[in-house]
Amino acid sequence: MTDELNLSANQLDALREIGNVGAGNSATALSQVINRRIDMNVPKVSMVPLEVVPDLVGGPDAVVVGIFMRVYGKAPSNILFLLPQKSAFYLVDTLMGKPRGQTTSLDFMDESALMEIGNILSGAYLNAFFTFTQITMLPSIPALAMDMAGALLNVVLAQLGQMGDRALVIETEFLSEDDGINGQFFLVPDPGSLETIIHAVGVE
Amino acid sequence: MADLIRVGMADYKVGSAPSTIISYGLGSCIGISLYDPQAKIGGLLHIMLPDSTQARPTENPAKFADTGLPLMLKDVLALGANRARLVAKIAGGAQMFAFQNATDIMRVGTRNAEAAKKILKDLNIKIIAEDTGGTYGRTVSIDLNDGVYKVKTIDKGEKEI
Repeated sequence: MTDELNLSANQLDALREIGNVGAGNSATALSQVINRRIDMNVPKVSMVPLEVVPDLVGGPDAVVVGIFMRVYGKAPSNILFLLPQKSAFYLVDTLMGKPRGQTTSLDFMDESALMEIGNILSGAYLNAFFTFTQITMLPSIPALAMDMAGALLNVVLAQLGQMGDRALVIETEFLSEDDGINGQFFLVPDPGSLETIIHAVGVE
Repeated sequence: MADLIRVGMADYKVGSAPSTIISYGLGSCIGISLYDPQAKIGGLLHIMLPDSTQARPTENPAKFADTGLPLMLKDVLALGANRARLVAKIAGGAQMFAFQNATDIMRVGTRNAEAAKKILKDLNIKIIAEDTGGTYGRTVSIDLNDGVYKVKTIDKGEKEI
């Protein structure tokens, strides 16, 4: 059963390295779009109980903007990019060339711009993923919502919950220090996809 | 000093007055409360999925409506609630992201709400209030002093049901 799959240290390292390159690609892409320096941390790869996941994003009732993409292909997965509300507003200011602090809610154009960022990040990420694994993965059109982090995570977790009690989470934090923008990028493979990915990586 | 008892996802807690039981950030999940107004004893269950028979075996029965509710019912009765006086309130079951081709899993909120109602009916427990559906998250709590079930949202206000 996939849920019981125990990953070796080498396999976790391999996944971390994929995450690292994927996120590196994404950070570069984002940096080019907003013309700012974007830093990222070393991705965290962990197998966590589902109920713990909301705590990874500042607690289930923290208000965040979530951009969700379903990933199709041989290793179906979910991508969720979460930004604290304030970060999302600053990012919109930057994208729209407005003075910082002007955005206080999201209109249709703002949402559209943020979804495009989701597209760019996931495209760059999945390209790197392909380089490592030769698994082609295509993201769906993004969907966006602003709400409690726990509520947004439900979408992903309910899906995993049918298959098991734990989730493999590859998490990267993006940060643009000068602009006070930060966000968390999650790649959460479906339970059945994990074996496909591990197999493709070829690490024992 | 009244206790605030926190319930995580796929979990439940039971208690008695003057405690309040709270669960944060429900999206497609459902918060189901049971309450005996006379004994002032109750519980709150935070389910993720409707039906354990459509899923792989789990270590955590509180994840599902069909397995979680009987468990919480047992614990509420063990605390001294009277089964005939028990009433239920439910909230949650939203669809957080709007997709054009919503798959089954995207509609899990609706299915959760249906399952919660069916199982309560099977257990012969009356639902006296409900706030389900929509596209927004909810934080829910039940005050065991009076059975007031509070539903908080980010921009749809706060209500008592």
